[in-house]
Amino acid sequence: MRRRLTLAVVYALLVLFAGLMLTPFAFMLASTLKTKADFVNTLFLPDGDGWLGVGWDRLTLANYRRLFVELPMARALLNSAFLASVGSIFATLFSAMGGYALSKFEFRGREALIRLVLGALIIPAPLLIAPGFQNLWKLGLLDTYTGLIMPGLAPAFGVFLFRQAMLNAVPSELIDAARIDGAGEFRIFFTLVFPLVRPMVGAFLMITFLGVWNDFLTPQVVLQSPDRYPLSTTLAMLRNLDWNDYGLVLAGTLVSIAPVMCLFLLLQREFISGLTSGAVKG
Amino acid sequence: MTSYRPHPRWAPWAFIAPFVVLFAVFTAWPLLRSLQLAFEQTYGPQTTVFVGLKNFRYLATDPLFWHAVTNTLQFTLWTVGLQVPVALCLALLLNRPNLRGRAGFRLIFFSPSLVGLVFVAMLFLPMFEKRTGLVNIWLHALWPAWSLDFPWFETYTMTALVLAAVWTGAGLMMVYFLAALQHVPAELLEAAQMDGAGPLQRFWHVVLPEIRPVLGLMSLLSFVGCMQLFELSYLMLGDSGSAGGRGFSIVMYLYQMGFTTGDLGYASAIGWVLALFLMAIAFLQRRLARRQLED
Repeated sequence: MRRRLTLAVVYALLVLFAGLMLTPFAFMLASTLKTKADFVNTLFLPDGDGWLGVGWDRLTLANYRRLFVELPMARALLNSAFLASVGSIFATLFSAMGGYALSKFEFRGREALIRLVLGALIIPAPLLIAPGFQNLWKLGLLDTYTGLIMPGLAPAFGVFLFRQAMLNAVPSELIDAARIDGAGEFRIFFTLVFPLVRPMVGAFLMITFLGVWNDFLTPQVVLQSPDRYPLSTTLAMLRNLDWNDYGLVLAGTLVSIAPVMCLFLLLQREFISGLTSGAVKG
Repeated sequence: MTSYRPHPRWAPWAFIAPFVVLFAVFTAWPLLRSLQLAFEQTYGPQTTVFVGLKNFRYLATDPLFWHAVTNTLQFTLWTVGLQVPVALCLALLLNRPNLRGRAGFRLIFFSPSLVGLVFVAMLFLPMFEKRTGLVNIWLHALWPAWSLDFPWFETYTMTALVLAAVWTGAGLMMVYFLAALQHVPAELLEAAQMDGAGPLQRFWHVVLPEIRPVLGLMSLLSFVGCMQLFELSYLMLGDSGSAGGRGFSIVMYLYQMGFTTGDLGYASAIGWVLALFLMAIAFLQRRLARRQLED
């Protein structure tokens, strides 16, 4: 009896928390489908005499139409998709390569490089804002995608994670055996090592994709031409443009959030296990 | 005994090269330059004048900087202080054996972590609005004395920022806590139960010491992240987020100095002070954690 009571309390609390967590999403979705007048007058969906007592016929897609027809949302969506894909694929590849070199090879300078990677882990991002900007200016890379993407392609964090993963998951005997069979170094890496750390590859792709997709400060500092803007800076521009049109701003927010949510739902198991694999043991 | 065949000498260097080159050009070099920049005054990226310690001396008595420090610390302590217990509660609730729908709940709690801070700001902006905002309407419904015109952005800026930050950060922390809770040895818990320890005692004497390393690490990471507050106040607050306002943060000051005023030197000095403070905190926390582990 007491057990069941506790369980009921646990479920009640879980449902309450889940409701609170989902409220902003529900509020967002409902707001994007309403006219300006309905946004002011109703909290979620407007009343009416349709199914469930909701005025379904009063809902409108006008906000989305404005986003994609009058405003550069489609362009921003493509920009973000491009930046995040290119950024995450190369960051993952370079991190895996670096982690491989530092875990499965003996060579002079290895210890120094490992120490460099560990040291780089604690550099806080704001430290690089001002000098990074000056650096890109000197290299002539301001307002280019090269300047936006390149600095993020070699994360010390990724090299560290892949090194840990490969120390555990890749047996050195296997690599030696492949060498004896005459396989080339890159062939060994791509066909033998990469598949063995597949969960880490999936998780890290997702982490870096999210990182680029959600980044605001870097594009804000590096880019000047609005047609190159990703979603984050486009949305900030939109908010300044039309300060009070919350339906429109929230529609833009939903369009920005939805793709990564879907991607995550597809990959969530790998993502979460990859996230926690290093932290709990270490 | 297999015949060992060594790798070619170039092989490790070929694999590490992209990291080394990119790191040198886009991290190490600018970092060294920023050491120099911090002792210079600049007007945009072109003109620089060496000014010695002037940036740091000015920083020490700059009221705007200290205002930003106070705000940021306040935001950080509140956010970490709320996020950790909330995340721990969620993890403990989900860690009950035989719980149905655990994966679903975990997904729901985690989903806000996927939303970038810019988008969180956009999402919460209308919710804290007077009259039409959901927060005021619900609080008014629960407690009629609550004013629908409650000035979140003008007066209770920090509370609004903290609530948004907790919403988006608690789920990620919960995932880590849940993973740590699942590593607590079942034998320990059973032994404690046999010795007659109640649920609270078991939590305090068995579970808490086991998960303390993860607890400490996550608090540190959250602290470091919160101290870099920028997007939330920059995009949510408009005027009260700008210079001298209630949501004005250290990184916002750095950003304004570097890109509105155009003094990258002073901005670098701010960056170094923040970085050294965060490194010191991380160092202290790690040492404390190691000492506890040895005890």
